[in-house]
Amino acid sequence: MQNDEKTSHASLYGGDRGWSERFGHAFTWLCGGALALNVLLVLGILSLLAWKGFGYFWQEDLVEFTLKDGSKVLGEVWEEEIVAATPEHPAVDRLRLKIGNRDVNGLDFVWIDRADVVSRREPKDVVLLERLEWGNFHGYLREIRRGDQVLAQGSEAVWQQLGPLLATKEAEREEIHALEKGAIGAINYEIEKLRLAARRLEISGLPAAERERRQAEIDKTLQEREAEFQQLADRLFQMREALTAETLVAATASGETKEIPVGGIVSAIRPDDLGVLGKLALQGKRIRQFVVDDPRESNTEGGIFPAIFGTVMMVFLMAFAVAPLGVVAAVYLREYAKQGLLVRLVRIAVNNLAGVPSIVFGVFGLGFFVYLIGGSLDKLLYPEALPTPTFGTGGILWAALTLALLTVPVVIVATEEGLAAVPRIVREGSLALGATKFETIRKVVLPAAAPGILTGMILAMARAAGEVAPLMIVGMVKLAPTLPLDGRPPFLHLERKFMHLGFHIFDVGFQSPNIEATTPLVFATALLLITVVTLMNLLAIGLRNHLRRKYAGSAV
Amino acid sequence: MTADTLQPQRDPALEPEIKDPIILRVEALSLWYGEKKALKEISLKIPEKQITAFIGPSGCGKSTLLRCINRLNDLIDGVRVEGDIVFNGASIFDPRIEINALRKRIGMVFQKSNPFPKSIYENVAYGPRIQGIKRKRDLDEIVEKSLKGAALWDEVKDRLDESALGMSGGQQQRLCIARAIAVEPEVILFDEPCSALDPIATARIEELMQDLKSQYTQVIVTHNMQQASRVSDLTAFLYLGELIEYGPTERIFINPMKKQTEDYITGRFG
Ligand SMILES: Nc1ncnc2c1ncn2[C@@H]1O[C@H](COP(=O)(O)OP(=O)(O)OP(=O)(O)O)[C@@H](O)[C@H]1O
Ligand SMILES: [Mg+2]
Repeated sequence: MQNDEKTSHASLYGGDRGWSERFGHAFTWLCGGALALNVLLVLGILSLLAWKGFGYFWQEDLVEFTLKDGSKVLGEVWEEEIVAATPEHPAVDRLRLKIGNRDVNGLDFVWIDRADVVSRREPKDVVLLERLEWGNFHGYLREIRRGDQVLAQGSEAVWQQLGPLLATKEAEREEIHALEKGAIGAINYEIEKLRLAARRLEISGLPAAERERRQAEIDKTLQEREAEFQQLADRLFQMREALTAETLVAATASGETKEIPVGGIVSAIRPDDLGVLGKLALQGKRIRQFVVDDPRESNTEGGIFPAIFGTVMMVFLMAFAVAPLGVVAAVYLREYAKQGLLVRLVRIAVNNLAGVPSIVFGVFGLGFFVYLIGGSLDKLLYPEALPTPTFGTGGILWAALTLALLTVPVVIVATEEGLAAVPRIVREGSLALGATKFETIRKVVLPAAAPGILTGMILAMARAAGEVAPLMIVGMVKLAPTLPLDGRPPFLHLERKFMHLGFHIFDVGFQSPNIEATTPLVFATALLLITVVTLMNLLAIGLRNHLRRKYAGSAV
Repeated sequence: MTADTLQPQRDPALEPEIKDPIILRVEALSLWYGEKKALKEISLKIPEKQITAFIGPSGCGKSTLLRCINRLNDLIDGVRVEGDIVFNGASIFDPRIEINALRKRIGMVFQKSNPFPKSIYENVAYGPRIQGIKRKRDLDEIVEKSLKGAALWDEVKDRLDESALGMSGGQQQRLCIARAIAVEPEVILFDEPCSALDPIATARIEELMQDLKSQYTQVIVTHNMQQASRVSDLTAFLYLGELIEYGPTERIFINPMKKQTEDYITGRFG
């Protein structure tokens, strides 16, 4: 039956068709398969990142192992491994534990042999303390002291008291932080400004009398400020004292006691007493802190907010620079330049620019933006600060401009395509109404090409957000003390150095003193980087769709 | 040798007697696209506030001639023009004239409707804005007047802020007419304005042209013989870049003087 159909089919189209149709089917499958493979790859990457990244924030139970030699080890089971037997050694079944207590043990992870384990238990009253210094503490609560006075004693009583006490300590820490960043920061800033003013006066070449008069004024304010500063510093000292007034005495699994200032504890949990919901809530809280907090312990702990902020701000600055640059260049190439050999050559050159290794752009940025332009700016505008460079060193502005150069070809190509898609008849319609060519381009052609331009911007921003190499030499740093945007005039500090998620991944995962503990952070940070890039893209895509809808049915 | 020879020779097939004042005078106009000569020494006079139709087979140069009048051909590379077009007594090719000012006075409606990707309001307000009119009140007034002039007001008055690209083809074409009259030109050029429209939309445009007659001089290119005979006062027949016959529409259609004209309008070629 089927065979009959085939022959009649074949006779309709001629002999070879049967084969070619079968080949066509195979080809369709091949294409579909290739697409499926791509999709799988992307999903694979995302799920790996999500699994490992979210896993970092998940709290496992703490398990106490008693070993053959009588010692006790308390930790999270991180992985299990069977080392194959070799001629010299029999096979080993071993566990890797994250034991915390870096200050006691000197390391974060230990391997134990399963064969050595005598017993294991998950005590409900074991606590995990997240500390500002030395990482996590695993152990048992003993007492809380203020000076010689014992406030609470015994695991349960201490646990009851610890919660409220930690809340007050957190408030105190925040107060200290506010004082440091707020009032003290402001005075420091003013003192620095006065110092610069004095230096400016010195090199100003004013008559000596006038100079002295002004110098005296400056000195007077400086003294006032310094007195104020002293007062604030004293207050800060008192607050710090208060913060560390209480100590928590806790014991490790092996029975050693440890005194921990309560002010240095961020949070206390009893992981073995938490249900799944409790652990989920804890995970959520940790993720939130990871996103909004500042880093601690040379980036291995705390959050990565400055890196998120630096990445986003750098990308937006880059977008502000690249949009006009790329669009203007494309408009000239497409609308004004006489289409000929020269324009073709320029176009080829621009396209090839996209293929230049990005580190080369970094080198160019360093030589041109940082040394040449930044150096000249410093001499012109900030001579008093020299030899300390202001703009003559890497900064967020130079980084953004360097990346703008890197991504400008993408914007040019997309804009040219957008412009080419605006039909000639629409332009003629505008000209026929008495508009000049410039008015036509500005009011009709560019708005109609806007969705295409935005597509280019999306690609450029995605590329810029992922680029790390060139930034390392034009202003990106491991740890930036201040954000490039803050409450002090001029609010936007374009000369400041900044942190970046891409670099953070590298730094935290492979450059930190404690690689074992921080490797999972690599995944979490990568996941965050992808999320940030996706969010920025969604923003741009939303904008583009809005424009498309506004010009519904337009040719672009 | 008769006394006639003393006066410049007048070919009745090419130079009809026109009583109305002449607004546009095409004088021995030739045009080349590169090497190709698309218009050959065309001369004709277009009277004020009348409708003049250009007819002829495809590729004969109707659009080219029309686009010469507002100098839209300037934009095409390799175009060269000889001869002259005189508009209100001044040559449009005079280097001193401002081309944008000329185009403002000679509006155009294209074969394919070409609204801008903007709102209906912005489409009509585009020309006046270019002219420097900024006050919202003035613009509102112009937009309303123009849309009424193009018989579109009642259909769109409630959705002026919607995209012009969401309108029907006929509405879009009337919007383009509204846009053209918003700058108050003296002449409106129509290049096959109805070729993409159904008979009802076509009838509306034709009606509209009659209404506009009291204020504007109109020139229309059309492939539709009935349309030419219905709307126009004068008809010019072009063939292979040459003006073959020009005269009152009625005479051209009832009593053509040239064989080619007769063949074309009776549908024997073209
Ligand atoms: N941009 C151009 N470049 C070169 N040649 C052109 C160009 N535009 C038109 N031509 C040629 O000039 C001649 C006249 O063209 P035109 O468009 O004026 O004809 P038309 O009478 O309007 O035809 P249709 O009725 O098909 O619109 C045609 O032979 C055409 O091939
Ligand atoms: Mg045409």
